[in-house]
Amino acid sequence: MTPPVSDAQVTRVACVSDTLVDARGLRCPLPVIRLAAAAKDLPAGTELTVLSTDPAARLDVPAWCRMRGHVHVATREHRAEDDDDPWTGWAVTVRLA
Amino acid sequence: MSHATPGTPGRADPEQPDPARRTQPQRVHLDNGGRAPWHPLARQAFEQALADGWADPRRLHAEGRRAARLLDASREAVAAVLGARTQEVWFTPSHTASLHTAVASAAAARRRAGTTVVASAVERAAVLHAAEHVAGPEAGPHLVPVDRLGRVDAAAMADAVRGPGVALAALQHANGEVGTHQPVGAVHEAARAAGVPLLVDAGASLGHVAVADAWDLLAADPADWGGPAGLGVLAVRQRVRTTPVGPEDEEPWAPGGVSVPLAFAAAVALQAVESDRVAQEARRRELVDRLRAEVARIPDVEVVGDPDDRLPHVATFSFLYVDGEALVTELDRQGFAVGSGSACTASTLEPSHVLAAMGVLTHGNVRVALDRSTTADDVDRFCAVLPGAVARVRDMLGVGGL
Repeated sequence: MTPPVSDAQVTRVACVSDTLVDARGLRCPLPVIRLAAAAKDLPAGTELTVLSTDPAARLDVPAWCRMRGHVHVATREHRAEDDDDPWTGWAVTVRLA
Repeated sequence: MSHATPGTPGRADPEQPDPARRTQPQRVHLDNGGRAPWHPLARQAFEQALADGWADPRRLHAEGRRAARLLDASREAVAAVLGARTQEVWFTPSHTASLHTAVASAAAARRRAGTTVVASAVERAAVLHAAEHVAGPEAGPHLVPVDRLGRVDAAAMADAVRGPGVALAALQHANGEVGTHQPVGAVHEAARAAGVPLLVDAGASLGHVAVADAWDLLAADPADWGGPAGLGVLAVRQRVRTTPVGPEDEEPWAPGGVSVPLAFAAAVALQAVESDRVAQEARRRELVDRLRAEVARIPDVEVVGDPDDRLPHVATFSFLYVDGEALVTELDRQGFAVGSGSACTASTLEPSHVLAAMGVLTHGNVRVALDRSTTADDVDRFCAVLPGAVARVRDMLGVGGL
């Protein structure tokens, strides 16, 4: 299973976006549901990043943006061997409408 | 052997439901893509061929010759539907086997030109895996992207086909998962001009829509048109060069030979579905249009694929905040069998590469393919239970208000 988020990772990703949703280890459709729940009470213009190890989330977060009118800002792949933080998946950033 | 039949002696005729089960509500099978129920005439043909064509068609005695005549008649019947010559049509062990050997053998014959297979991003996995096998895992196939409707851009595919080192092009007639027709005519013209053979996967089309003769190699799937599984069809134009791959065998497209009863049943089924194809096409297109319109009224759904230029019997849609596996299970519990391209329903846990290439929602996906035996009442009952099933699965995940 996915290891817990290291403090370093949270800090590093959090500093590039207002809010972070950690959906690692969750399978479709839970990452999108967690993201939607986090977005519910946030003002327009907020940037949210969701971390996910589920290959479906990297596809479904942009689709969710399209269906809800939000903006898909970026998708970054994270590889276990990239640094000392061993998880493989995606960080998808969106800007709320 | 004249009374040999499949199944156990004394078992009730499957056409006549067991009286004890008649009180239960009828199940509605809407997952007919690639595995439809046998056409009644295919059953009859199979029994006839068990009696007359059980022998090895390669033997020289009377029984063998009789089996060989049935096999030849089967090839001839399929060839007539395809607009091909009898000697251009082969039976193979399965649709997957057809695609694997077609890609490998056509590419092997053009090894001097290169090892790249140009394919749409939404080809069947068997085509993509075979293309990767030809080029090696490092290079892989040259994938041409599709638009949101799942259609490849004919000009982009033509450009790719003209590129250096191309051995083969592969484009499906229509996508079996989402129904969208592909621009096969334009791509075939471009491939021909470039001297590159085109493999057309008609596995979801033949028997349902007219398939024009814009192909150099064509694969089709008897199990999809109401014939038996365990058999494939591969047609190769005589002008197309192929090099057998794998160990030597006198029948390189089906090492060890094919089952004559299966081939005969497949051919009779194809003749039968072709005889009233136009009427069945119109009837099912109307049902699919109705289904797509009803589904679109359910909140937060993406009805995917081209709304018009599409297969008449296939409908696919994805529900936001829905677990595909849970929805398939809930519908099954209520008596409806459907397919899904969602990751949670696949053994690999990867979502459908077709939905991914289109950029549409992959979770909460439902895939429906109507059979010829599917009635308007079946579709209406499905439309009546679907909104409640979706709501129940959403309730389980607590997504109200999102």
